Amino acid sequence: MEDKKFETPLIEVKNLKEYFNINVGAFKTKPLKAVDDVSFSIKKGETLGLVGESGCGKTTVGRTLLHLYKPTGGEVFYNGDPVKTKSQIKEFRKKATMVFQDPYSSLNPRMTVSDIIGEPLDIHKMYANKKEREERILELMAEVGLNSEHASRYAHEFSGGQRQRIGIARALALDPDFIVCDEPVSALDVSIQAQVINMFDELQDKKGLTYLFIAHDLLVVRHISDRIAVMYLGKMVELADADEIYNRPLHPYSKSLLSAVPVPDPKIARANQRIALEGDIPSPLNAPSGCPFRTRCRYATEQCACEMPEFKEVEKGHFVACHNIDKAN
Amino acid sequence: MSLLEVKDLRTSFFTPAGEVKAVNGVSFFLERGKVLGIVGESGSGKSVTAYSIMQILASTGKIVGGSIKLDGEELVGAGEKVMKTVRGNKISIIFQDPMTSLNPTYTIGHQLMEAITLHTDRNKKQAWDRAVEMLQLVNVNEPLKRMKQYPYELSGGMRQRVMIAMALACEPDILIADEPTTALDVTIQAQILELMQSLQKELGMAIIMITHDLGVVAQMCDEVIVMYAGSICEQGTADEIFYNPRHEYTKGLMRSIPTQNTAGKKLHPITGTPIDLLNMPEGCPFAPRCDAAMKVCIKHPGPFMKINDDHAARCWMNVKNGMEAGEVEPVLESEKGGEE
Ligand SMILES: Nc1ncnc2c1ncn2[C@@H]1O[C@H](COP(=O)(O)OP(=O)(O)OP(=O)(O)O)[C@@H](O)[C@H]1O
Ligand SMILES: Nc1ncnc2c1ncn2[C@@H]1O[C@H](COP(=O)(O)OP(=O)(O)OP(=O)(O)O)[C@@H](O)[C@H]1O
Ligand code: SF4
Ligand code: SF4
Ligand SMILES: [Mg+2]
Ligand SMILES: [Mg+2]
Repeated sequence: MEDKKFETPLIEVKNLKEYFNINVGAFKTKPLKAVDDVSFSIKKGETLGLVGESGCGKTTVGRTLLHLYKPTGGEVFYNGDPVKTKSQIKEFRKKATMVFQDPYSSLNPRMTVSDIIGEPLDIHKMYANKKEREERILELMAEVGLNSEHASRYAHEFSGGQRQRIGIARALALDPDFIVCDEPVSALDVSIQAQVINMFDELQDKKGLTYLFIAHDLLVVRHISDRIAVMYLGKMVELADADEIYNRPLHPYSKSLLSAVPVPDPKIARANQRIALEGDIPSPLNAPSGCPFRTRCRYATEQCACEMPEFKEVEKGHFVACHNIDKAN
Repeated sequence: MSLLEVKDLRTSFFTPAGEVKAVNGVSFFLERGKVLGIVGESGSGKSVTAYSIMQILASTGKIVGGSIKLDGEELVGAGEKVMKTVRGNKISIIFQDPMTSLNPTYTIGHQLMEAITLHTDRNKKQAWDRAVEMLQLVNVNEPLKRMKQYPYELSGGMRQRVMIAMALACEPDILIADEPTTALDVTIQAQILELMQSLQKELGMAIIMITHDLGVVAQMCDEVIVMYAGSICEQGTADEIFYNPRHEYTKGLMRSIPTQNTAGKKLHPITGTPIDLLNMPEGCPFAPRCDAAMKVCIKHPGPFMKINDDHAARCWMNVKNGMEAGEVEPVLESEKGGEE
């Protein structure tokens, strides 16, 4: 049964592309296709997890979607409306924001907590007077469980978990609908990680927030996500419900990726059959022709070298880009 | 006699703010061919334990007590000459970030050969052959080409494998791996862990695996040490630690990790903030964060108590439960202050 709150897509991304021009000689550049023709949508109140190996383009998807980078191609829709013109982008940015991975480097150590959280309010002139600004900042601090007495302290005086709370309070300042969470707990100790994950959960329940949750810890992603998308070398290769993709991954890459996750249970871990992957990920500057995974795929055929497989819905809600799904399963 | 016997190891850093007791009475045995995991919160003393064994501490750090015996030979106070023959030869270490331990200005081949000639009496030609052989052993493709390349020309996973090759070049008895895969992707991590496991079986090497990833521990380790605030709070076989944790910190740790069963539910984090080693509480160091803390915990650290042949823990709960079940005699003489 479909959950009602998930009916309208809040975010829709169609054929998104982000190419970076990289210098390869004194006067020569080459496009690095960090994100190449990626499409997905996220329903209101939903959490979409985004996983894949380092450099596959997860952060770039998040940044390009928010128009922190100008898309090389493709379209983004917010609540059904295009995000295209300058004013549309400005409005969108009030409603869509980002929490970053590293709570140590993403906050300016010379700013006080109150200035860090208040900065977005200043930029968008969201208050009538000083008192209103102050009140809003304290309200945000309370929301993420920070002690209001700490408002005038500097970010470097806080522990990792507290810094991540500061980052989240800042992201909440403009009362957004949508947050791109880019590895928000990766730098935290396990016990602190759980505190922050719970907070994302609670904020979502309370405010109906929608998340794009990027992480390389697949157990964390599974815990928090309704659906999960897997990327490889700038392409999306699989997208399905969280349970479905864990229990029945269809793409050969997802299968190896999920089988490689170390399970924190000795009996299961010892019995686990990992599907080993040979070789390293190719450089995105020299991506293979056809299917990007073909250099490491045991099911690759001739067709895989010449044709990029289409990202299509093979079962209801389960999208896969592979020519040989039948053979691989 | 065990291969490595660490007894009541104490290591401190002498800082302007005071003495930081980073390792405060750690004891364990490591048997030949076994994998010992060390887990615990950031700052709990895992790396300092490893660095103490290797005696590669920062200049402010000092082993202030205890004993480290390798094959029966005392290493504490043995002097730099002895340690030079131990390091790389008998015990090797792999660090978390391979870039900090590979020299960016020398080729892979140069660095491997240096490690080999330093610790064995192979000549240059033999060292070259051995280096190539080691690269093959750790599954680095095109080893002859890699020998001439610089670290930055290799991927992260490949650099980590080169580090392992370097650590293994002299066939150490013990490999210490300090967060060896934290910076790597899961598929590369799986390759490296499998490689370590197969080498361990082939060479009969013992491994000390330091990690915060309980999944890695579950997969790799025979025995596990759980550290909190510089001391061991629990110790036992992997199965005992995972399925029968008997210290409240370990229990909290196990509860706080997401698993396949937690989706859609709340996690149970450990509350409070990590310990400040300069302001250690008097009793159990975990007491300020422990939901089960009793009066006795605040005044006295828990007794290190045997749970069974494969398991020991330092928690008053075990005394309390044992007394209630009539299995444990009332509290030790020296702990008379406990009212519980
Ligand atoms: N500003 C940039 N200029 C040039 N190349 C970039 C830029 N940002 C990212 N890239 C490249 O684009 C590719 C995708 O990078 P991205 O940071 O999106 O990956 P990621 O999946 O987030 O990786 P990680 O898990 O390591 O964070 C990489 O090859 C990266 O080197
Ligand atoms: N050079 C140093 N000077 C002062 N204190 C130090 C020094 N090195 C380590 N410490 C302290 O010793 C304690 C133990 O540190 P250690 O590096 O062993 O922790 P760890 O368990 O390895 O943590 P992590 O999981 O973060 O690697 C910490 O509180 C740390 O601050
Ligand atoms: S399209 Fe071909 S190469 Fe790509 S994943 Fe499928 S079988 Fe493998
Ligand atoms: S000794 Fe007491 S405070 Fe320490 S972990 Fe056990 S119950 Fe908690
Ligand atoms: Mg990223
Ligand atoms: Mg460490």
